Order: sequence, then structure tokens, then C-alpha cells
Amino acid sequence: MEFKDLSVKELAQGIKTQKFTSESVVKYFIEQSEKKKDLNAIIEIFDDVLEKARAVDEKIKKGIPVGKLAGIPVAIKDNINYLGKKMSCASKFLKDYISPYSATVVKKLEAEDAVIFGRTNMDEFTMGGSCENSCYGPCKNAFDSTRISGGTSGGSAVAVAAGMCPVAIGTDTGGSIRQPASFNGVVGIKPTYGTVSRFGINAFASSTDQASPIAKNVDDCEFVFEILAGKDKNDATTINNPFASLPVKQSYRIGICKEIKAEIEKLETYPKFKQAVEKLKELGCEFIEVEVPHILNTLACYYILTPAEATSNFARFDGVKYTTRSSDAKTLEEVYVKSRSEGFGKEVQRRIMLGNFVLSSGYFDAYYNKAKKLQTLLRKEFAKAFTNCDVIMMPTTPGEAFKIGEKIHDPVAMYLEDLFTVPASIAGVPAISVPYAKGKAGLPLGMQFIGAEKTEKYLFDLARKFESALKENCDE
Amino acid sequence: MNKYDVVIGLEIHAELKTKTKVFCSCKNEFGAKPNENTCPVCTGMPGALPILNRKAVELCIKAGHCFGCNIANYAVMERKNYFYPDLSKAYQISQLVHPLCVGGGITLSSGKFIRLNRIHLEEDAGKLTHISKSVGTLVDYNRGGTPLIEIVTEPDFSSAEEVDEFLKKVREALVFADIANCKMEEGGMRCDVNLSLKPRGSTVFGTRTEMKNLNSFKSVFRAIEFEIDRQADVLDAGEKVIQETRKWDDVKGKNMAMRSKEEAQDYRYFPDPDILPIKISDEEIQKIKEDMPRLPEQRRKEYVEKFGLPEYNAQILTSSKYVSDYFEECVRLYNLPQKISNWIMVDLLKLVKEQEEFVFPISEQHLVEIIKMVEDKLINKTVGLQLIDKVIETNQSPKALADKMGLLVTISDQQIIDLLKKLKAENAKVCADFKQDPQKVMGFIVGFVMKNTGGKANSDLVRKLIPEIFND
Repeated sequence: MEFKDLSVKELAQGIKTQKFTSESVVKYFIEQSEKKKDLNAIIEIFDDVLEKARAVDEKIKKGIPVGKLAGIPVAIKDNINYLGKKMSCASKFLKDYISPYSATVVKKLEAEDAVIFGRTNMDEFTMGGSCENSCYGPCKNAFDSTRISGGTSGGSAVAVAAGMCPVAIGTDTGGSIRQPASFNGVVGIKPTYGTVSRFGINAFASSTDQASPIAKNVDDCEFVFEILAGKDKNDATTINNPFASLPVKQSYRIGICKEIKAEIEKLETYPKFKQAVEKLKELGCEFIEVEVPHILNTLACYYILTPAEATSNFARFDGVKYTTRSSDAKTLEEVYVKSRSEGFGKEVQRRIMLGNFVLSSGYFDAYYNKAKKLQTLLRKEFAKAFTNCDVIMMPTTPGEAFKIGEKIHDPVAMYLEDLFTVPASIAGVPAISVPYAKGKAGLPLGMQFIGAEKTEKYLFDLARKFESALKENCDE
Repeated sequence: MNKYDVVIGLEIHAELKTKTKVFCSCKNEFGAKPNENTCPVCTGMPGALPILNRKAVELCIKAGHCFGCNIANYAVMERKNYFYPDLSKAYQISQLVHPLCVGGGITLSSGKFIRLNRIHLEEDAGKLTHISKSVGTLVDYNRGGTPLIEIVTEPDFSSAEEVDEFLKKVREALVFADIANCKMEEGGMRCDVNLSLKPRGSTVFGTRTEMKNLNSFKSVFRAIEFEIDRQADVLDAGEKVIQETRKWDDVKGKNMAMRSKEEAQDYRYFPDPDILPIKISDEEIQKIKEDMPRLPEQRRKEYVEKFGLPEYNAQILTSSKYVSDYFEECVRLYNLPQKISNWIMVDLLKLVKEQEEFVFPISEQHLVEIIKMVEDKLINKTVGLQLIDKVIETNQSPKALADKMGLLVTISDQQIIDLLKKLKAENAKVCADFKQDPQKVMGFIVGFVMKNTGGKANSDLVRKLIPEIFND
């Protein structure tokens, strides 16, 4: 058994009981990362990881109590601040930025004695859906390096799937954890909005961003999620989420959204979906049709709201303070225009312009305000649907990971890939992606379970049951 | 000039007196080393998030109470997006659609009511210092993120005098209620003036200009007068006033058009998603109102009407909340407001002359004790003043000190009479001078008695007795 075959819990147990050292574990994953360098998942392994691992081993030797993740290497996405380390959001615009502080999620990991392993590849400034928009070059799918990893947390998903790191933290604004998790056969969750602190995570769409772990299995994902979750005085949008204390359910009423059904039935992967439904019925689940009347409008809503917030959040990247300043800027205006034009990639520029447009006077009511109203409506519709079922199920992605370069020149085609993931983001409800089958090309497919606010416990429970029941499917 | 009506509206910014900034816990302090009071939040680092300062909200509501505004139960912070190096996030968190305070106003001495449009809460930007062409411009973010209230009036003013009075009343209330320091020269209070002219009696407003860089009340006054003349000249010449922002130059005594932007800036306001909407209950609004001090204007009215004080005294006593409270406490202990006001104005204020923020070195109880002793003729005023110094020095009670120092030894009428008789007998010249012109030697005689009684005699009494003895 190699370390990459052990779960996070097993690794933690082994380190704590001194069966093996953190140093040996971290060394192993450094070697694995080197072996899989071509996947381009990890931008940088931090230079102090062995030192930190040794420090944990020392504590354990001395009998000093250590945290739940003692000695475990955890990779973080390149948009998460870690004091003293580079953070570039996969953009050359931030190539010289060194974090002056640590994000709350990093502090929480460190409080449990985790070893922050390195920063993972992503789409530039979390804008994209394939990880092709990175200044470091695309991250490749763990199963087929001619295909995309998915995004924007592509690096985190691939690092875990390819055994480079036992667990990695990603962020999800419209599907950026779930979609790459689905494409790489690993587990990822987007929590109820406000469950995990956003403090220290570069803001893209402030009203939907959430950070969370990507792991090999449901147990590991839940284990690390519980460490990250919690109200934070540095983030006013965090909520008290007593996700663990819900009453136990023996079986689940699973809703299939009427409006999405037609889309699902069109998919090439529909037969696999049907098989999964049967599997869940065997587990005692009941299937019900539910209505979320405006669910198909969420994609449009998402591509209005999120660029609007992003355009404002990214205005601080101006060539003045910590971003790369254009070398031939002479006036203030040139500092702004030249630096931003040179620094930001095409997709980022595209969304900034879109965001400015929907916020501009004369268009604000027709676009931004309307999208906000739709968001409120959607929350109500989801809440109503959840009175008739416990979870809503749909595939995480329309299909398997597509080939690198296949959709990069068609932004709208790229946006359509997000159809199944954005509703949960807009509604602020939790959603988990669990690998459930392989597609025609032999690549992983993920199933998505969406729950009502603060019902992560049910999502993990159902996902876990599903995971064990399907163990045979995935290996086919 | 009588051809035109003058229409003026103001936008006033006041720096709030909070310990920390409005969205982070950096110190809100003037004069620190550049960028000393900064953190990832107020320097706009990626990932930093604002946390609303409760005290700043309370002070804004208090300002609303000062001027009779309606306080909102629901208020929203919005992002005002624009690029400038002193704005670290490239957006200012301010308020637009749902401000904390709406309406209200101030009545001028003429009886005219100036309406407020709103008072809202926002953050300040940092400061730019232009060094030289080679070095460039430096930014100091210490001021970035400090809390401001913006007070917007309706265009109700018709003259520089009205604006001047209004600004002074605003400053007085904000200082008194401990909301803001309002030191214009330090940027603690800033005023932008919107001014237009219209033909006398017309109901159609003319084109207005905005004036900035007004750093004192005097500048505001002069700038308004200049702009009224300038616009009148333009209109008299049959031309149109251009809508623009004009920068006032106090040294030159004129304003100049700032480089005009072709169109008005589109700030693309939207509610800040990082800050939850502010919800305030009627109870909380009422509680803040109850915690407000009675304001100077109201107190002055009471002092003049209830206590019969002259306006001048009332003005001095309400120069600060501290002095006013001190005075009121003294009156509560001993109901002699007129005498007490004199003691405070003449004798106490000179003790703290140089200090900006001060506390009288003698407590209300002790001061009142001394005043009472003087009124009861146990000691005279001179001794009373000595006692003040002694009380300040030793912090003992006046009665105890007076006993210890033997100051209470009363000089009896008989003692005075004896002394006067002695003087009369020994000093014929004084007698003669007295017969000729009593006023001329009064002072000398009083002085003689005071000298021989160690200054303890009651000078009024002495003056009463002198004619009785010298006039026989």
C-alpha cells in the first residue's frame, strides 16, 4: 500500500501513532508530484514543507497534543493567501505578489497542524471552466493528458486524483470545485453560501464564492470540510451552520427537476444516469419529480451577476500597488490601461467588460437588478422544491472532460458547460459531486446532489452510501 | 446683482471620531507615519473583506438626530466604483439608495429652514503626495478607510452668509455631540459648494457649478461671493454657464475650471455583497437618541430664558459639552446660575486657557462650596480665588482648607470700625482729602483696611462703613 492509496483519516492516524512520519509522507507526495509534473497541476511546492513536516513529527515524539490533520500535506488553490508565499491567481498580473497575511481557511488548517503543501493551478483569476486560461499553461486531466482538467479548481482536483496530494482546497463560484472533481473522478462539495470563510481568498463573485476540500472519497471530504467550516469574524457573510446536527435519515426522497429532465435525457451519458437511479432505488431512495421553474435561466443570471461583482472586485488590480506595472506607462491613465491590458488574460478582460456593461447606467435595471430578482426567485423555488424532496439530483457535467482546445475559442459553448452547477451557486445551497461512472471515452463522470441550506450532513450521507454501492461501477 | 436669485446646495464631509476605521480595526488617527495604520483590508489586498464598525453607524445616526433626520430601519452600503491611486480597492464603500438618515434640516437665525437631503456613511480615501517629476507621487493609506459622514443639503441657500451660519451650526452640533472634530484646516470637515443663478423670481434653476478645495469657513464665504459674481458676469454677457467643477485658489482669490471630463462619471453603484444590509430597530434608534446630549442651541435657549443669562454668557458656556455640563451640575448643586457663570467664565476658563481638550482642575462640588462661602460672606472673593488654587494643589475640600489656613476668621464690623478710626486719627491728610473728594481716597482707605486684616475684610462692607466713620 502506498501513501496515495490511504485516506486522509488513515494517514492522520498513521502519523499520530508514529506508524510513519509526516516527513516520509510529505517526501512521498513530493516525489509523486515530480512524477506527474506533466499534468501541470501544482504550480509550486512550498520550500518549507519538509521543515514543517519535521516540526509536526517532533511535537508528536514529545507527546505534545496535535491537531486532526497533523502532518498531512494539503494543497491550496493559487487564489488563497498564505503568509509569505506567492499567490498569483494563475495570472502574470500578480506574478510578484507575496501574501501579507493568511486566509482563514489556511489558518484553520494550520491550527490542525496540516502541512500546507503547495499552490495548485487554476483558470486565471478563477474565470473559466477548463483550466486552459492559466498563465502557467493548461492543467491536464489525471486520466487523459490530452483532455482538460476542468476548472477553475483544475489543479486541486488533478493533484488529488493523480495521487500528488491526499487532499486539496479549491474554490467554487459556479461549479469550480464540482466540475473538475467530476472530470477527475474525485469528490468535491460546494457548501451553503457563508459556511466557509472567504477572508483571504481572492474574491471573484462575492455573493457565491465558497472554498472547500477536494478529496478521493466522501469521508475525507467531510472530514476536512468540518475543519474549514465555521463563522468567522473577518467575514461578515459567514453563517452559523450547524450542519452536523440534523436528525439521521434512513433513506432519501430524491427530486429530479422537471425542467432539467429534458436536458439530462439528451445527454450521451443518460444510460449511465439511469443506472445510477436504479442503484439509488436499491438503496431505498424514492424518486420524485420536482419543479424549479426558472432553473434554466440561472446560467444567464450567473453570467450577469458574477461578472458584475468580479469587475468591481478586480478593479484593485490596477498596476499601482502590487500588480505588475506596464514598463512603458507614462501617465496615470497609461498605468491603468496598459498594465491591465497586458496583465489580464482574454477571458478575464471579456468578463470585466461584461460586468461593467451590466452595471452601467441605463443598463443596470435591465440586467443586474433583474438578475438579482431572479436570484431571489430561484432561492424561493429551490426552498419550495425541498419541501417535496430531501435532495435534488442531476449530473455534475453534461459529459466527460473534453479535449484541450476544443471549446476555448467559443466562450458561450464553454459557459454552457456550467448549466448543471450554477443553479446551486446562485441559490446559495450546498451541492456535492461524487464520481459514479465512466463515459464513452473511459473518463470519470460525477453525480451531483443538491440540498436545502445547511443540509451538508445529508449530502455527505447519501453520497457515502452511493459511493460504496457504486464501487464496482467506477472500476469498470 | 438683484437681477438674479442665488441657489446654493452643499455637500459636507465630516471625519467621525471613532477609535478605528470604518471597515477594519486599524487606528483612526491623524499624523501617524505614512502607511503605519494599514492592513490588508484598507490597502485593498486580494481576499480582504470589510467588517462594518458599529460605532461609525451609531455616530452617523447621532448626526441624524442632531438635525431631525428620519433614521432608516434598513440601510445598505454600496460600492462606488472609480479609479484613482488614493482609493485602494478602486471602489469607495458609500451609500446611495438606502442611506442611514434622510431629511431633517437646520433653522437659521433669520427663521429660514435649510433642508437636508440625507446624511450617509462612507469611507475616506488615502492621501496622495506629489513629490517631483522624477520621484513621482506617493500614496499614504492611513486615511484610507476612515469613516466619514456626508451631509447633503437641498439647494435652499441664497447667500454666503446663510452658508456660513449653517456650517457653523453644523460644526457646533457635531463637536458638541462628540461625533466629529470638524477642523476644516485638517480636513476634519470639508465642504463642496454647488451654485447656480436664475433670473429673479424664475422657477427654473440655472446651470450649476461645483466648487472644491475650500479649506476654511472664510474660503467658503469668499468662494461663494466670487462665483456669484463670475456667473452673473457670464449671464450678463449673454453667455451660458458651463456645468463643471471649479477649484478654488484661496491665495489668488479666484476659482478655475478643473480639467473637464467629457461626460459625468458612471460609478456603477451596486450594493456591496460583503456587507450585510444594516437593520436598525426603532428601539435602537430611540436608545441612541436618548444617549444624545442636549444640543448647544437648546441649552443656550434655556440659559437665557430660565436662568436669565445674557446671550454672551450662554454662548461661552456652551462652547463645549464639558463646560456646559459642568455649569449645569454646579447650578444643580447651588442654584445661583448668574454668579456661577461668572466664576466659570472669568476664573476657571483662564486656568485652562491654552488647552484644547481640558478638564477643570477643580470639581463642581468644590467650586460650589467656595462660591457659597463667598455668598455667605464667610470669605471674600479674593480669598475665594486663593482657595481655588489651594484646592487644586492639595485636592482637599475648601471648608477643611479654610479652617486649616485660618481663612475663615471673620473680620467683624467692629474691627473694621476700629481700624478706620485708627486711620482717621493718624492720618489727617486722608481726612482732608476725603472731605474734598471721597472717591479719590476710597481706594487708599480700603487698601489700608485690607492690609491690616490680611486681606480678609469684606471690601463691600468696608466701603459701606468708611463714610460712616469719615463723614462725621
